[in-house]
Amino acid sequence: MTERGPDSAGLAVFAEPLKGSARKLSLYSGLTDDGADFNWHGLTHALKEHLDVASHIEVKHNHAVLTFDVSPDMVKRWLHEQHPKLHVLSTGQAMDLYKDIGTPAQVAERYDFGAITGSHLVGHTRMATESAVTPDRAHPFTAGEDFCLVHNGSLSNPNSLRRMLEPRGIHFDTDNDTEAACRFLEWRLREGDDLETALQRGFEELDGFFTFLMGTPDKLALIRDPFACKPAVVAETDDYVAIASEFRSLAHLPGVKNAYVFEPAPEEMYVWNA
Amino acid sequence: MERMTFDLSKTPLRDVNQFLHRSLKAGDDRHIEVQNPDGAHSIAVGLDEPVTVEIHGHAGYYAAGMNKKATVVVHGSVGTGVAENMMSGKVHVKGFASNGAGATAHGGLLVIDGDAGLRCGISLKGGDIVVGGSVGSFSAFMAQAGRMVICGNAGDALGDSLYEAVIYIRGEPKSLGADAQFEPMTDNDYKTVGDLLQQAGMDHDPKSFKRIASARSLYHWNADANQEY
Repeated sequence: MTERGPDSAGLAVFAEPLKGSARKLSLYSGLTDDGADFNWHGLTHALKEHLDVASHIEVKHNHAVLTFDVSPDMVKRWLHEQHPKLHVLSTGQAMDLYKDIGTPAQVAERYDFGAITGSHLVGHTRMATESAVTPDRAHPFTAGEDFCLVHNGSLSNPNSLRRMLEPRGIHFDTDNDTEAACRFLEWRLREGDDLETALQRGFEELDGFFTFLMGTPDKLALIRDPFACKPAVVAETDDYVAIASEFRSLAHLPGVKNAYVFEPAPEEMYVWNA
Repeated sequence: MERMTFDLSKTPLRDVNQFLHRSLKAGDDRHIEVQNPDGAHSIAVGLDEPVTVEIHGHAGYYAAGMNKKATVVVHGSVGTGVAENMMSGKVHVKGFASNGAGATAHGGLLVIDGDAGLRCGISLKGGDIVVGGSVGSFSAFMAQAGRMVICGNAGDALGDSLYEAVIYIRGEPKSLGADAQFEPMTDNDYKTVGDLLQQAGMDHDPKSFKRIASARSLYHWNADANQEY
């Protein structure tokens, strides 16, 4: 689908969550001076030396998953001080996140998407309209822990959402409109809304065109704006559910010719349990 | 009747469409099968001979767009804009259709066995549309001529700013658009619905349909109406 999103691509994958209080961060070094040559093992040594935190790191090109067993806020604060250009892509126990600029094929090869395993995933290819083409503005966006969102469309009120959320202590990484939707919905979930209630509030507060696909450790959720301005199609079989903007992206899947294929209705919630 | 098969997993779509545009003789009524459409866009667009094209699988956007004289059958679903701006002929979708089905069709018959998405028959200009399921919001918006038969329900604002197209609905619209109104069915209306259902191969009692047409109050700009529109 390169012609639909040639400038960036990304993927969030959910797998068996870490146990207890263990957490992992997906990190991106592409914006640091060393890029893909970033000294990841130096980082784990320094983390041990400075904060007495034992950690484990798995590196793929300019991306790494850092696992540890302390408060992620403390580690992220330290990372921000020591390595301000290192970008934290995601935080959580179940989700790993990869995203970068380049064609979908290049990004998939860079991070060896073919070898990634998990129960469910959310992917995206980007044709930027509302903000610059940079790795941190690629999708999926994430907020809080183990929550991600991809967006086809454009919002007309991201700045008013931002003005509502920032006084509540919610920090934004970019000026991207999708990030506002992601942080809004994650804020509602953190405030105690269940997914359905949060999405209902999304329909009330988010203005613009959107098809959103969201992932949590045990769910995939899809909503479309009331005018269904942006496409979506779903294929369900006994073995899987697959969701895409167009059937072209699903046509190669095994057994899809016998799948139950439908178009999700506007302003409805579709939630699948992993 | 001669039959031909194209397999879109082997033959580029452009080759198939170029064959359909350039290699048919006047009055050509061959039967052409298209295998493995895999959601490709613009399959069998711009036909102008009375061929029959059967698409075996799901088609993408603008399937059978601008159709003239041909019969196109999709054994699957279609994306946005199926049979948009059709001039004549017949397009039959066995599955569902996405948004803008039959938009601006000047003539011909579009049959959708399943549901149609939003804006079905928007700006219809004389074509006929029969939908076996339900249609989405803003269907028949500014429809100028032609008939639309809906066997299920409709979303919001059905027939908003209608001109002279007529809608027949078996279920209920969530809401009617501005200037659209229910009107009594006449014997002519029952006959029209019966004929269109028969052409579509659908078996419903015409007596179960209601008529929606324009109240014609938006036809002329009323400078005294101020902000009331």
